Amino acid sequence: MIATIINRAVMQGIPLLLGSTGEILTEKSGNLNLGIPGIMYVGAISGVSGAFLYEQAVGGQVNPALAILIPFFSCIIGSLLMGLIYCFLTVTLRANQNVTGLALTTFGIGIGKFFGGSLITLTGSDIPSISLSATSKVFKASLPFVKSLGWVGEIFFSYSFLAYLAIIIALAASFVLNKTRIGLHLRAVGENPQTADATGINVSKYKYVFTCIGSAIAGLGGLYYVMDYANGVWSNNAFGDRGWLAIALVIFAIWKPSISILGSILFGGLYVVPIYMSNISVQGVELVKTLPYVVTIIVLIITSIRNKKENQPPASLGLSYFREER
Amino acid sequence: MDKIPAIELRNITKTFGGIVANKNVCLTAEKGEILSILGENGSGKTTLMNMISGIYFPDSGEIFIDGKEVVISSPKEAFDNKIGMIHQHFKLVDVFSAAENIVLGMQDTDDFNMRKYSNKIRQISEQYGFDIDPDKKIYEMSVSEKQTVEIIKVLFRGANILILDEPTAVLTPQETQKLFKILRKMREDGKTIIIITHKLHEVLSLSDKVAVLRKGEYIGTVITAQTNESQLTEMMVGKKIDLNITRNDPIDPADRLCINHISCVNREGVKLLDDISFTAKGGEILGIAGIAGSGQRELLESIAGLQHLNEGEILYNNPKTGKTENLRDKTPLQIRDMGVRLAFVPEDRLGMGLVGNMDIVDNMMLRSYRKGKSVFLERKAPKSLAEDIINRLEVATPSASTPVRRLSGGNVQKVLVGREIASSPTVLMAAYPVRGLDINSSYLIYNLLNEQKQKGVAVIFVGEDLDVLLELCDRIVVIGQGKISGIVDARNTTKEEIGLMMTKSPLEEIKEEDGENE
Repeated sequence: MIATIINRAVMQGIPLLLGSTGEILTEKSGNLNLGIPGIMYVGAISGVSGAFLYEQAVGGQVNPALAILIPFFSCIIGSLLMGLIYCFLTVTLRANQNVTGLALTTFGIGIGKFFGGSLITLTGSDIPSISLSATSKVFKASLPFVKSLGWVGEIFFSYSFLAYLAIIIALAASFVLNKTRIGLHLRAVGENPQTADATGINVSKYKYVFTCIGSAIAGLGGLYYVMDYANGVWSNNAFGDRGWLAIALVIFAIWKPSISILGSILFGGLYVVPIYMSNISVQGVELVKTLPYVVTIIVLIITSIRNKKENQPPASLGLSYFREER
Repeated sequence: MDKIPAIELRNITKTFGGIVANKNVCLTAEKGEILSILGENGSGKTTLMNMISGIYFPDSGEIFIDGKEVVISSPKEAFDNKIGMIHQHFKLVDVFSAAENIVLGMQDTDDFNMRKYSNKIRQISEQYGFDIDPDKKIYEMSVSEKQTVEIIKVLFRGANILILDEPTAVLTPQETQKLFKILRKMREDGKTIIIITHKLHEVLSLSDKVAVLRKGEYIGTVITAQTNESQLTEMMVGKKIDLNITRNDPIDPADRLCINHISCVNREGVKLLDDISFTAKGGEILGIAGIAGSGQRELLESIAGLQHLNEGEILYNNPKTGKTENLRDKTPLQIRDMGVRLAFVPEDRLGMGLVGNMDIVDNMMLRSYRKGKSVFLERKAPKSLAEDIINRLEVATPSASTPVRRLSGGNVQKVLVGREIASSPTVLMAAYPVRGLDINSSYLIYNLLNEQKQKGVAVIFVGEDLDVLLELCDRIVVIGQGKISGIVDARNTTKEEIGLMMTKSPLEEIKEEDGENE
């Protein structure tokens, strides 16, 4: 029972982890990308479209390698494009980051629903969803000996490759940020672009590169949700508020990808726990679902009171940078 | 004399929009030499140095390093030419350690190893006598420590030419001595040091050569050993120019505002105002002169009730009731409720004075919105006031409902001054009211101030142009580093005298300096 809950919590947490890792990298470059929910939507629908077209083309007899590679790269290209739009608007044209981000979220969700709806119409199915069970099966493949390991296997080894990839990405992001020259430069760009510029760092390049990488990572969160968590079933609105939860997780993790790993499991746990409570009302479920946000607010209050500089958001987060501004 | 100069500038010119920041500036500095660049605020010193360090790009002119012509179009290229600049406002990342800041932006081929860097930093520190912990975070450091980090940062990159922008502005006398000792050590080491400053005694005690700039123009270079304070002051402020501003004698001036020994400190504990005392009289214009950032802003804001004071009192003699009241630590609203009619034209017109996105009428209402009993705003009176100001002060605007930010600087200032005068004040404070204005608008503002003076208002005028201060004001208070360095009668003083007061530090500091040299 406990093992099952943890297992479900991790599966709930992985999309949040990918979303928040992407957003942390983005925010470390000083870009507050509130378009993450939209980008995760676009990542998901891009992957779904790629998988759908491939499945249609081969008539259900999928090649495992292609079944993973096609949706994977469709997803990355889709979310990368969203990141590029965001960068072009906020870095090159210096548009307001909040407005741009919120517009991208609206736009991305719209795109997701439009193409989702179109695909559903194409299949001519009665229920408002499409099922990519063949692709999902490949994505969900886990180690063959897991069953023999009992609860250890269920908690640690039962997930698909994307889940482990998410954790590897988070650890790699943490390493890059703290232990490499690139990470030092990136943090400098987000903290104080004037200083970074004066020392010869290409501020725009860092903002572009890491916002786009962050978007691609966040997009994978959308793909994981559809292919693994939802068993390859896309229906409009199913993704819900996970994108916002990912942004909340960034604050909860105080901009540290390593904390984000644990935070995502905690948030995922708060999401699934009501399902396993036998005597909880419908209203109660919704109430429990707000807990991640409440926890985030508490973290915000605590970090604000302690006012430790290292735990604050990057100092120039949300501001555009222009060298010759006097 | 056929040494190749470490750096040479020829005919450098830079403009921002229509404003000329540097015009045909020529400079040379040898190896193992300290060159001072002297000039008032706004004389273009920092702009010039920013061009050497790659922040700005000159419109015309050439730069030679070691006899070779170079193009410096980015900070990175400045580093490649072994030029390092220590900015007045430190360019450091607060949450990074000293070592992280120092290695920031470097592109070594070898691997990234903070411990190795820390050791190299300790080595440089020992060589020049710095006292620094490479692992300390910047936000835990004092101003002097931050400056040390900046200096090590450029040395770490192997800079041979160091540019320091007003390095002593933020330091205590002891810290300044320490810095000078280090700079002299670097000179012995063959480095070229360019130091921007407006403090004469520092120029004389530290540098080998002095280059003087005035209003963007290059005046000349002199050998420090062959010059003196009065020659430098004259070069810096220039000859007096007649402006023909009308000035009437004050009509029975009465003490209106008595400032008694006020002091205030900022968050870092630096004294912004230090024991300031003077009296502003009704019916006269009191000028306040000083290098920008000497405490003018804090002084006016403390009178207006916007700055918390640590010591002293501000006494106001109410001409109506004859009572004397203390304005210290009152909010602007409380001051108004006490019946004190204070008008304030702040330096930052569109930040503190007016709201840029609102039209002229709405900006009038910022002062009068509390009037009237109805829940709805009373717009008639402000509208007629706005139209009156537009007509009387010849504000060039399509209509009274044009957002203020679309007006030119001069017209914005007319709207602001017009509104403040309309409240028929007894004290009128104006900070740099003619900054950025053309000649006609400037004279209009002078006339308005004179008009107020005739009406018996105590006018306090903070200015930067000494010629204007000398002709417009009755008395001038000169402040330097938050202290009063003198109060003079504008009719019987010279530009040089004020210039000297502005740049000179208290006597004991200079004596200490001379002792050091011997």
